[in-house]
Amino acid sequence: MSKIVIIGNGISGVTAARHIRKNSDNEIVIISAESEHFFSRTALMYVFMGHMRFQDIKPYEDYFWEKNRIDLVFDYVNHIDTDSKILEMKGGSKITYDKLVLAVGSKPNKFGWPGQDLPGVQGLYTYQDLETIEENAKTAKHAVIVGGGLIGIELAEMMHSRGIETTFLVRESKFWRSVLPEEDGDLITRHIIDHKVDLRLNTELTEIIAGDDGRVKAVKTSEGDIVECQIVGLTAGVSPNVEFVKASKIEVDRGIKVNEFCETNIQDVYAIGDCAQFNESINGRRTIEQVWYTGRIMGETVAQTICGNKMPYNPGPWFNSAKFFDIEYQTYGLVLANREENENSFFWEHPKGKISVHVVWDKASGEFIGINTFGIRMRHDIFDKWLKEKVSVDVVMSELRSANFDPEFYRTYEKEIVDQFNSKTGRNVELKAKQWWRNLLAK
Amino acid sequence: MKNLKKIGFVVFMLGIVLFIGNIFMGEYKFDGDKIRSHFDSTPDVFDKGDSIASGFIDAVQQYEATNSAPTTNIVTFNAALPQIIDRHNHNVSDALAATEGLSSDDVQSVVSGANQESGIVYSEEVIRGALGDNENKVKMLVDNTSWMYTDQRDFADVAEFESTLQSKVDELNGSVGTQYHISKEKWSLLDINKAMVESGAKTSTWLWFFLTFGLIIIGSVIYNGTNYKILGEAGIKNDGIYHESATNRGWVAWIVLLFLVGFYVALYFFPQYIANAVLLVDPVSEGLSGNPASQWFLYGFIYCVAMSVMAIRMYIKYRHNRYQIFRTTVVLFFQIAFAFIIPELLVRFNMPYYDFKNAWPLDYDFFFTYNIESLIDNGTLGIFMLVWGIILTLIIVPIMVYFFGKRWYCSWVCGCGGLAETLGDPYRQLSNKKMWAWKLERYLIYSVLVFAVIMTGLVLYTFFTGSGSLFGIDTYYISVVYGFLIGSIFSGVIGTGFYPIFGNRTWCRFGCPLAAYMGIVQRFKSRFRITTNGGQCISCGNCSTYCEQGIDVRAYAQKGQNIVRSSCVGCGVCSAVCPRGVLKLENGPEENRFGNEGPIVLGNDGFELNK
Ligand SMILES: Cc1cc2nc3c(=O)[nH]c(=O)nc-3n(C[C@H](O)[C@H](O)[C@H](O)COP(=O)(O)OP(=O)(O)OC[C@H]3O[C@@H](n4cnc5c(N)ncnc54)[C@H](O)[C@@H]3O)c2cc1C
Ligand code: SF4
Ligand code: SF4
Repeated sequence: MSKIVIIGNGISGVTAARHIRKNSDNEIVIISAESEHFFSRTALMYVFMGHMRFQDIKPYEDYFWEKNRIDLVFDYVNHIDTDSKILEMKGGSKITYDKLVLAVGSKPNKFGWPGQDLPGVQGLYTYQDLETIEENAKTAKHAVIVGGGLIGIELAEMMHSRGIETTFLVRESKFWRSVLPEEDGDLITRHIIDHKVDLRLNTELTEIIAGDDGRVKAVKTSEGDIVECQIVGLTAGVSPNVEFVKASKIEVDRGIKVNEFCETNIQDVYAIGDCAQFNESINGRRTIEQVWYTGRIMGETVAQTICGNKMPYNPGPWFNSAKFFDIEYQTYGLVLANREENENSFFWEHPKGKISVHVVWDKASGEFIGINTFGIRMRHDIFDKWLKEKVSVDVVMSELRSANFDPEFYRTYEKEIVDQFNSKTGRNVELKAKQWWRNLLAK
Repeated sequence: MKNLKKIGFVVFMLGIVLFIGNIFMGEYKFDGDKIRSHFDSTPDVFDKGDSIASGFIDAVQQYEATNSAPTTNIVTFNAALPQIIDRHNHNVSDALAATEGLSSDDVQSVVSGANQESGIVYSEEVIRGALGDNENKVKMLVDNTSWMYTDQRDFADVAEFESTLQSKVDELNGSVGTQYHISKEKWSLLDINKAMVESGAKTSTWLWFFLTFGLIIIGSVIYNGTNYKILGEAGIKNDGIYHESATNRGWVAWIVLLFLVGFYVALYFFPQYIANAVLLVDPVSEGLSGNPASQWFLYGFIYCVAMSVMAIRMYIKYRHNRYQIFRTTVVLFFQIAFAFIIPELLVRFNMPYYDFKNAWPLDYDFFFTYNIESLIDNGTLGIFMLVWGIILTLIIVPIMVYFFGKRWYCSWVCGCGGLAETLGDPYRQLSNKKMWAWKLERYLIYSVLVFAVIMTGLVLYTFFTGSGSLFGIDTYYISVVYGFLIGSIFSGVIGTGFYPIFGNRTWCRFGCPLAAYMGIVQRFKSRFRITTNGGQCISCGNCSTYCEQGIDVRAYAQKGQNIVRSSCVGCGVCSAVCPRGVLKLENGPEENRFGNEGPIVLGNDGFELNK
């Protein structure tokens, strides 16, 4: 029996712990300086908006940890001594380990803007950020959000829910244009404007200006405008939270360097989740992926390795989802912001402009490459299969009805989509009747 | 818009205040003539009407002689009413005893007839000898004093015989005219209150109907309707739910609770105190069934109104979600048509009152003797209703649950469910998600089911054998206990009264025996499940929070498992609030119904366990 210490109680660390417990009798310790118990970072916005209380975003009841013999330490790790396998804690104590898992997550990017550390300027990542924004929102009338990504739009929605006017500075020509194709970005951009957000495209932050009270008073944009505000939300991406690891012997680049087994350069030390950087791309994925489910998969995987069943990280085809105000977004496979040479694509949009589908396939072979949907839910299982089997785009289009995951009685648009697909691409797809989706899987 | 919403709120509150005020208004007067007309439907009473009326007036005077309290308001009136009824019943018997009872002369002639040389002789012959000319009187003594016949017992002397006879005669005289006694049952107290109050509700019923129900309806339609603009674009709008006192167990919630609980307590146990409210719906009731309203009619009416105005709220809140729109419409239809209008119309056409969709054991008194008898007495239609009720429970319910899950009943048809999904929707997040609550749920709901089955079995035993007890258990008593504890306290006072604190499905989750029965079918033999969409779950917790049944949906979704739970009523709200499109209510082949059985969620191709 060995003592396994996990730093970080986010999704990756907690998943690792759960699976280590499932597979072994090892002693397990989870250390975190953020919160006593695991909570869902992705749901912080809902606490602010009053959809849930903090206790509701904790996926496990508090008794869970003791019942599963997972010891929790609420403290900060100052230093990792890999030679003697000792962690030096901020609280003064020392914790020994046999195996160490680093699941220390990310931190918001700051690009050295003047005034970026003023009171009223903040990111949205931690529980503490949530407390800060509660405080800041009490008196704020106007907020400026910097950075047009997923967390930025969440912050905009949060402000909107409290009636705080919001200016949203986005560097690109459309919202999230670095990830979304033109048409998709356009749809969400319009939706943001519909919500009375003062969206400023092609605009960057140049300076944050302090008032007499030392708090933020306004920002200056690259267009030279001054926008008065009491809150500045910095949401220009996140990067691995590795500062405190750098003083140790563990190799760090942008993230903590790991091989396909999530092993670092030091024996018995692993890194998973947002903070891990793979030496090379696995299954064509980026070497750092900061999403919920990749952290979970790494946790599932590293637990196997730690319990003696050595296992490489092997994620399936890319997928993801998000919600932009009222519009849900799902993606399966790769729909790039800008189409590659070899790719063809088809975009369908509902006349009211809130629902769309964007499909990409290989020009030459017709192989399906990816799909973005807005306002339509799709079935992960089926797309996972299609992507693995590299089916033709015609198969995808003809079976759209069975792949739909919208709630019962929803109006569906497969007919319109396929008709338009045929007329725009000259292909000749026949839309099939809906069948029980598992039959499709079994094929 | 926001201002309009405020106006709506003010109008609504005004309606509520007037509704409560109305209950306590009016002048209450004890009135002998009204008592007389109370009995007018019994034809042979006319010649006795005077003594009944004067019996009542005397009772009032006797009461006022010893109690100085004025009897003009609802409280003092109802404090005095039971005592006055007692006296009235006594007075009526006294008055009628003179003509229909046995006078002291009668007693004397029997005594002298019995006092024979050989000693005391008492027999039918003696009675006839003394009172032969009056068959009524003979019958009274023959029927009630045969145990005194001297072929069975002896009397020491005349004095003993006389005193025994006299006390029995007093007793008999006291029960003369019981058919003209006033009942002290709740329905009777309510009737008397309705008859004797002089109030706006009685004299200008429609005006007061407008000032109460009218304002409440107008106000809440405005209040809910303005949300169409205020909430902005269609979509899930749960902003601020946990910031607001009304929906986060704050003081507003407690006030609403007090109001609801108070209403239920009055309805079930003290209907006489809401006579004015019942008067308001008399015209509606007369229009439907031809009879004046009872408290149950008032309840049905309020139920329909509450569901309708809150359905508007649902239509706006979920206007992007056709599952919710359809479901709300259907459940509203079943309430208004099947639970409210059709039974009243049946009564109008002299058919038995019957709610065709109410299935035993939720409809716990379906097999009560009076119900079976009244159905059987009603010929073909009654028999059909009886058979339908049995088929509904034994065949239709399980088959429908097999194909669609218990949602077909719980959130598409049932009245309790309908109220929970409309009036109760703002409170759905308050259900307890803790593991101990799930345990409690399983203990409680199956206990109620067992209780309902045993109780019904005993009642049926009595129906078929005529014996009132089995294994020393009094079957009537046990059915009364069930009605009180489960039928009134659990399903009404706690089930609905506690919406603002315990959430909207307390009864459906912890108490309903029909839900327990359907839950077993749903869990073990059904095509229904909530499918989890592969690896898309981000463990945010919206689904669990808004599950009115307290199911920890997230616990399944984040593991890639489907949700197959006996308590799920298929409201579809978990699926609606999920921001990542993870959940879908589906009917399909039972194979693979539980989804991912292994520990690894879709998206991880690393390994598959359990394979
Ligand atoms: C607002 C927001 C919304 C998001 N929404 C989505 C989404 O919709 N979908 C999606 O896929 N992803 C989303 N993400 C990203 C996702 O939350 C992250 O990828 C994921 O939480 C990373 O998990 P992790 O376990 O790697 O690290 P984290 O969750 O960051 O956990 C790391 C933990 O380690 C602790 N820690 C770090 N250093 C130390 C130390 N020295 N001592 C002690 N403790 C330490 C930290 O305090 C933290 O608690 C969102 C992120 C944010 C911030
Ligand atoms: S699990 Fe979903 S559908 Fe079932 S009762 Fe709960 S919220 Fe409703
Ligand atoms: S609401 Fe959706 S994403 Fe959130 S925990 Fe439930 S299933 Fe997962």
